[in-house]
Amino acid sequence: MIQLMELTVNGERHDLAIEPRRTLVDVLRHDLGLTGTHVGCEHGICGACTVLVDGAPARACLIFAAQVEGAEIRTVESLSPEGELNDLQQCFSEHHGLQCGFCTPGMLMLAEGYLAEEPEPTTEEIREVVASNLCRCTGYQTIVEAIDDCASRRRAAFQEQLAGSRV
Amino acid sequence: MAAEPPPRDPHLRRDGAWVGASVPRREDPRLLAGRGRFVDDITLPGMLHAQFVRSTEAHADLLAVDLDEVRATPGVVAAYTAADLDLADITAELDRPPHEFVPTAMPVLARGKVRYVGEPIAVVVAKDPYAAEDGVEAAVVEYAPLEPVVTDLGALAEDAPLVHAEAPRNTLVDVSLFATEGIDDVFASAPVVVEVRSKTGRQNALPLETRGVVADWDDRDEQLRVQTCSQVPHQVRTVLARCVGLDEKQVRVTVPDMGGGFGQKCVVGREEIAAAAAALRLRRPVKWIEDRRDALTAAFLAREQRYTVRAAFSADGEILGLDADVVCDMGAYSCYPFTAGIEPLMASAEMPSVYRVPAYRVRGRAVTTNKAPTAPYRGVSRPQYVMVVERIFEKAARALGMDAVELRRRNVITVFPYTGVNNITYDPGSYLESLDLCEATLREEGWFSRRSDDNKVIGIGFACFSERTGYGSGAFAQRKMQVVPGFDLSEIRMDLNGTVSVTTGTLSHGQSHETTMAQIVADRLGVPYDRVKIVQGDTDRITYGWGSFASRSITIGGSAVAAASVKLGDQLREIAAHLLSGDPEAAVLEDGGVRVGSSWLSYADIADVAYLKAHLLPKGVGPGLSATASFDVGGDGTFSNATHGCVVELDPGTGGVEILRYVCVEDCGVAIHPQVVEGQARGGIAQGIAGALFEEVRYDDAGQPLAPSFMEYKVPTAMEIPDVRIEHLETPCAFTENGAKGAGEGGTIGAPAAVLNAVNDALRHTGVELDDTPIPREAIFRALETS
Amino acid sequence: MKPAAFEYHRARSVAGAVGLLTELGDDAKVVAGGQSLVAMMNFRLARPEHLVDITHIDGLSGIRREGDTLRIGALTTHRAVEKAELGDFGVLSRAMRWVGHLPIRTRGTVGGSIAHADATAEWCLLAVLLEARIVAEGPAGRREIPAGEFFLGPFTTALEPDELIVELVFPRPAPRAALTEYADRKGDFALVAAAVDLDADRVVLGGVGPTPVSADCPSSGTSHSRPPVSWADAVAGSLELRDEPGISAHYRRGLVRTLVERACEEASCGC
Repeated sequence: MIQLMELTVNGERHDLAIEPRRTLVDVLRHDLGLTGTHVGCEHGICGACTVLVDGAPARACLIFAAQVEGAEIRTVESLSPEGELNDLQQCFSEHHGLQCGFCTPGMLMLAEGYLAEEPEPTTEEIREVVASNLCRCTGYQTIVEAIDDCASRRRAAFQEQLAGSRV
Repeated sequence: MAAEPPPRDPHLRRDGAWVGASVPRREDPRLLAGRGRFVDDITLPGMLHAQFVRSTEAHADLLAVDLDEVRATPGVVAAYTAADLDLADITAELDRPPHEFVPTAMPVLARGKVRYVGEPIAVVVAKDPYAAEDGVEAAVVEYAPLEPVVTDLGALAEDAPLVHAEAPRNTLVDVSLFATEGIDDVFASAPVVVEVRSKTGRQNALPLETRGVVADWDDRDEQLRVQTCSQVPHQVRTVLARCVGLDEKQVRVTVPDMGGGFGQKCVVGREEIAAAAAALRLRRPVKWIEDRRDALTAAFLAREQRYTVRAAFSADGEILGLDADVVCDMGAYSCYPFTAGIEPLMASAEMPSVYRVPAYRVRGRAVTTNKAPTAPYRGVSRPQYVMVVERIFEKAARALGMDAVELRRRNVITVFPYTGVNNITYDPGSYLESLDLCEATLREEGWFSRRSDDNKVIGIGFACFSERTGYGSGAFAQRKMQVVPGFDLSEIRMDLNGTVSVTTGTLSHGQSHETTMAQIVADRLGVPYDRVKIVQGDTDRITYGWGSFASRSITIGGSAVAAASVKLGDQLREIAAHLLSGDPEAAVLEDGGVRVGSSWLSYADIADVAYLKAHLLPKGVGPGLSATASFDVGGDGTFSNATHGCVVELDPGTGGVEILRYVCVEDCGVAIHPQVVEGQARGGIAQGIAGALFEEVRYDDAGQPLAPSFMEYKVPTAMEIPDVRIEHLETPCAFTENGAKGAGEGGTIGAPAAVLNAVNDALRHTGVELDDTPIPREAIFRALETS
Repeated sequence: MKPAAFEYHRARSVAGAVGLLTELGDDAKVVAGGQSLVAMMNFRLARPEHLVDITHIDGLSGIRREGDTLRIGALTTHRAVEKAELGDFGVLSRAMRWVGHLPIRTRGTVGGSIAHADATAEWCLLAVLLEARIVAEGPAGRREIPAGEFFLGPFTTALEPDELIVELVFPRPAPRAALTEYADRKGDFALVAAAVDLDADRVVLGGVGPTPVSADCPSSGTSHSRPPVSWADAVAGSLELRDEPGISAHYRRGLVRTLVERACEEASCGC
C-alpha cells in the first residue's frame, strides 16, 4: 500500500514512496526532515502544524500528503532560508512573542499567510486570526503585537517604496 | 600585552549592567527559524517507535494481556508487558508516620490491577508510529471490572472500594497542622465568621509539546542515552537507573529544546521508563511521543481540590483566625519525587497568605481515586487557596459592610520579616503597595465609574498574594520528603578566546535561561551576555541538579551561576595582576578584561596564558580557568508578591464572561530581564484564567474521561485572554545573589481569585455567590435571570 | 492518533468519483477539505478502507449568481464564501465568521460540511433556513434534495453512499437574515446556534436536536416591524428540550431565546 507521489515544498520538488495514510505534517517532518513544523494535537485545533498550502494557512495534520500533490507548500523553513530572520520573525523576537517556541512556527505561518492576503488588518482582526492557534506560554498579547507591528512596518515600507518610485 | 577594551554593546544598560536590560533572547533565532531541536525532531539510525496499550477500565483486575496479535501486526517489532520487562516500581515517599502518609508503588506497566483509564499496560514497538498504533489496537486485554472511585467524597465514603489495598479510606496523606491554642474560642466569640466552600476543577498543565523520549543503548559509552523533555533530567536518571537496574553512570539523560512543562514534566513518567527499557532490551533506538489524546487523558493532571474554610473577624475588620479543611483528589498514584502530599502540604503550610492571621488550624488530605495521577502544576495549590482566602475577604467585607480592598489593607503584612502562625518567615515584599497601586490603576482608568453603569453587568475583583519561590533544601525538608530538592551547583569555565561556558542544574523550557543566566554571568565578569554559553539539561555534564520548577531557577540556579562567576573572576584578577605586576585587590573586571591601574588585559590574553603559557602563571595558580560553586536557600525562601485586578462584564443573555481589563502589579525583586518577567506574568495569568473559566478534565460515573480532545478540554485562545497591563515594584531579595525572586508562577496564582471575585462582584445585586471553578456559565445565567 | 490504513483514490471528474463510490461501496468515504473527516480518522473514529479524494475535480468550486438564485459549488471553501461579495445573500458570508478559524475555513468546503451533517454546523443551518437544494450526483444522474429533507439525524443524511454532493442551490435572496451562536470559546462548535430569515418568517436552530431544527414562528405576513422578542419567546417556548450533563433544558432554552433575539436584531439591521 505504498504510493508514489511528488510534493513541492518551499519551492523544492520531492519524490516520495509512502503510505497514503501519512498526514502532511508527518511527511514534512519525518520523510522530508523539515522538523520546523510541529505536531500539537492531530485534530486541527492547536495549529502548531500550520503551513501554507497555495498561500493559505492550513492545518498540516488534517491533510493527507497525497491530497496536496501539485500544490505549493510552504513551511517555516522558507521564512529565513539564509539564516537571517525575516521581518515577521524579527517582530516576534522584539515583542517576546515566543517563549518555549513550540507554537511559534505555526503562528508564523498563520500570520505570514494572513498578512499576504490582508495587509491592512485591525488589531482586533489580528487577534481573531491568532485565536486560530493555541499558545500555552505567552497569553497571546505579544504575538498579536508582533504581527501588528510587522503589518505596520510592511505598510510603511510599501509607502516608502511608492514614494521612491514617484521620484 | 595590555590593550584597549572593545566598544560597548548597545543593549547594555547605561549604568553598565546586563541584569535589568531586556536584551534579545539567545533562544529566539533558532526557534523562529524552525531550527530548534525538540524530542520529536530527533531521528536516530534504525529508530523504532513506541505506543502503549492502555487500560480502558477505570478500576479492574487485570486477568490477561494477550499480545500475540500485536506481535503479528505488520511493522511491529516487539511488544512487552510488565512481566516481560520486569522493572522495579516507581515509589515516592515522605518520612511521615503511617497515619499521615501511605506510600504507593507505581509500576512502570500495570501489574495485576489497573487504576485509571489510560494506565499503560503494555508497550508496543514498531517501525513507525502508524504501525505502533495498529499494534496497540490488536492487543486483547481481559479485565474483571471493579467498582471505580471517581470523586474525592466517594473516595472518603465509609464503604468506598479501595484504590490501593494499603490505603484505608483511600487516604494517602492526612495531616493536621498548627492548631493554635484556643482557636475554638476565637471562633466562638468572634463577631463575624464567614465560610467558603470551594471545589476546583481537575486541570491539565498542558505543555503544547506533549511528553516524549528517544532512548538508545550506546555500546561505546556503555550508556543508556535518553533524550527526553523533562524538567528534572537527573531525577529521570535516578529513577530510570533504579527501574532497569543500571548504575547512575550508565544512564545519560539530556534535554533538548522543550515545548513547555508547567510542572507536568517535573515528575518521572512511566512511559519514558518503559520506552527506555524497550530500547535497552532491543539494543535499538526507541522513540515515544505522547499523542494528544493520551496527553489529555493519561498524563499527569492537577488542581482538583475541595476547600472548607472558616474565618473569624473582629467587628472592625481584623482577621482573628482561619480554620481550614482541604481535600485534594490526587488520582491513582503518588508522583515521584513529590508524592501525593504535594498539593495538600502546600495548601496547609501556606494558606494564611499575605495576611496577619493570629490563629490557624488546618487538616490537609490527599485521596486516591481511579483517575489519572497528578503532578505539581504551576502554582501548586496556591491558585486554589489564594482564591479561597481572597473570597473570604470579599465575603467578610460584605458581612462587615466594609470595602473589600480596605479590609485587605487592614490585615495585610506590612512589617518584615514577618513570622506567621504557620511558622514561615516572610522576607520583605510590597503587599500593601501592590494592592494600593493596583486599585489606583483601575480607578484612574475609570473602571470604578463604569462599574456603576446600570446598563451593564460589570464587576471588579482583586487578588493580593505572595508566593514562596526558591525553596531550598530546608524548606523542602519541612515537607519531610525522602528526596529533598533545593540546592543548585554550577561549574564555570573560560576558554581560550575568553568565551565563557557555565553549567546550571536548572533548565529552561520557555523561561529564557540561556539569556537571563548569561546576563547574570555577564555582569559578574564584564563580558557581553552573548559571549556566555549556558549548559543545561545534561546529566553527564552537570553535577546533580534539581531542574526547573517551583520558580527556583533564577533564585537558586542564578545564584549558583553568579557565585561560580565571582570565583572565576577572582582567578582572572589574580592572574592579570600578576601579569601586569599590580595588586590583585585593585584589579577590576571590566569590558571583557581586567583593569589594574591604568593597564587593561583582555580575557583572551589571560586565557592564552592560563592554557598555552602556564609557566607565566603566578605561583600556586594551576593551569586552566574554571570554578565551581553551589547555592542553597537556608531559611524559608523568598516571597514574590503581586496584586491582580480584573474587570469583567457578564452577558445576562448567555451567562458569558468577558474580561474587559486585567492589571497586574508584581514584585519579583530584581528583574533580570523585565520583558521576560512580563512574559511569565502574562502567560501565567492566561493559565489562571483558563482554570477560572474554561478548562476542566471531567470524568463520568464509570471513571471514563470526558475530555479526550481539545473540543472538550477548552484551552482559551487569543479571543478569551485579555491584554494585561503590568506594573513593576521592586523589593530586592536580601539573600539571593542577584536580588531576584522567582517569577514563574505568580500570574497563574492570582488570576483565578481575581476573576472569581470580579464575577461575584458583578453578581453583587443578585444574592448569588459562586465559589467553584471553572465557573459554570449556566450558574451566571441563572443568577442574572432571577435578579 | 495516526489513522488506520486505507487505499487512496483520486477522482478527476464527478463521474469518476461516482464510479469509484459505486465500485467501492460502503467501505469508501469521500474526502474534500477533510477538516472533520481527517480529525476523526486520526482518532480512528472513522476508518474507511478507501478514501476518494474529490479535491482534484475541476469545476466543483465557485459561486454563481443566476437571477435570484445563488449556486455554490461543493468544493467552495468557507473562506471563499466569507470573502465573496454576495449582496442580498450576504448572510452566507457573515455566517462564515462562525466557522472554526481561518486555517479551517481555507480548507473546509461547503459540500463537506453539508455531507458531514453536524447539527450545529453553520452550513446545515443556513441550508435549512434558506430552503436550499442540495444537488447530488449518483450513478443514475443528478437529483436535487431539499435541505429540509436532507438531514436525517446526527451525521446522517439522505445522501446515498454512491452519491456525491456537487452543488448547493439557494433559491432566493435573504437580505434580512442572520446567524449567531454561543459557545464558551470563539470558534467552537456552538452550544446553541440560531439563524433567522425575517422575510421568510423562518428560524432554524442548532444544538437543540439531532438535526437543524426549524422552529415555529408566530405570525407571517408582510409586517416587518414585529418585535423580535416575541419570536424569541415563542421559539424558545415551543422546543422540547431535556436536561443533559453540564447543560439544563432551562439554560439551553434561555440561550435559544437570547440568540434568536440577537439574530433578529442583526438581521433587521443587515450588519
